[in-house]
Amino acid sequence: MKIRILGTRGSLPSTNPETFRYGGNTACIEVSNDDQFFIIDAGTGVLKLSPELISKQNRFDILLTHLHIDHIQGLGFFKPLFDPRNEIHIWGPSSSSRTLQNRLNRYLSPPLFPVHFRSLPCQKELHEISRSSFELCGLQVETAYVSHPGPTVGYRITDGDFVFTYIPDHEPFLGNRGWNYGKKWISGMGLAYKADLIIHDSQYTLEEYPDKIGWGHSSIEQAIRYAGIAEAKKLLLFHHDPNHTDSQLDYILRSYSGFTPEGLEIEHAVEGSVYNLR
Amino acid sequence: MKAYDIELILSRQLAECLSIPVFITDTEGNLLFYNEQAEEILGKRYEETGEMPVEEWSTIFKPLDDKGNLLSPEDLPLVQTLNNCLPAHGSFWIKSLVGENHKISVTSFPIMGRGNRFLGATAIFWKIK
Repeated sequence: MKIRILGTRGSLPSTNPETFRYGGNTACIEVSNDDQFFIIDAGTGVLKLSPELISKQNRFDILLTHLHIDHIQGLGFFKPLFDPRNEIHIWGPSSSSRTLQNRLNRYLSPPLFPVHFRSLPCQKELHEISRSSFELCGLQVETAYVSHPGPTVGYRITDGDFVFTYIPDHEPFLGNRGWNYGKKWISGMGLAYKADLIIHDSQYTLEEYPDKIGWGHSSIEQAIRYAGIAEAKKLLLFHHDPNHTDSQLDYILRSYSGFTPEGLEIEHAVEGSVYNLR
Repeated sequence: MKAYDIELILSRQLAECLSIPVFITDTEGNLLFYNEQAEEILGKRYEETGEMPVEEWSTIFKPLDDKGNLLSPEDLPLVQTLNNCLPAHGSFWIKSLVGENHKISVTSFPIMGRGNRFLGATAIFWKIK
């Protein structure tokens, strides 16, 4: 399994020289296995998907964690949607009240977007997921709802003995007065447990978090502690705040060196970086 | 490792923040969590007991009607909620572990998660006398 990071930024794309190194595009991950691939989230990073890769297949699977704008912003600009020969499968969290198509229509329709979702020429198939398990490109995919406003899922993708976990928007310790509830009482822990690589929300610094409680995101300290509880091997700090510059992110990470759980490797997610889990 | 559904996790986190007694069970009635205020009614601390099978925790209470007759399980709101997946309410007497009689009012409701999945039940208690 190969993981390529196409977008790392949270909330809003950030296109300026000060955010260039870690990347300004919003959430998008390419997961490939042998000659097949699928993507998770369709932020503006989806535009970084290589045209050569796109030309190799006619079926595209887009797995959405949730429908906040920074995770679907690139969807309307994903070229395969405009080719009638293509089969597009969109997987997204089930809601109690509205269908996935109904919720996607809100963005992919005027006045926010000129083309109606139903008018897209590709062949569309929508899959509503909750606590689900399915196989894609020879990989086992598990999903579960996680703590974030609105229906939101995280993903656990298994390739033999290797596990990749993706929970980009997550506030697992909301209202949690203690850290010692036990693993099964922590949001998303079934997805994150013993992951070889976990990409996790870390939008805020410890100082910023108190003013953002309930917004659905974690502080960097919480992300590190979460990955430690999960006994993960490597944590990629993700969903960078659009106001955090590269040099600030460097400084933040340095300030946590020496405070990380034993056996856990930590990096900031970098747009364009590739991880092979073999 | 299987974690609880987010709806149960958030129910627990809410219960921890409330100053009224709250009990949370799974669909079988096994007690998954009770908050500090509920510890006074149960007479046991959650940190000591952890989760409890339905057979164990249901015997701690002796629910009685106004005339002192023992109530059947089917008369209890929480049992009704677990059986019917519907909210229920009722008042009755209980004898605490230290032998004191309290009249309590109980409201229970099913925890219906996204996709209408039945995940368990919450019971909220008020002490009347």
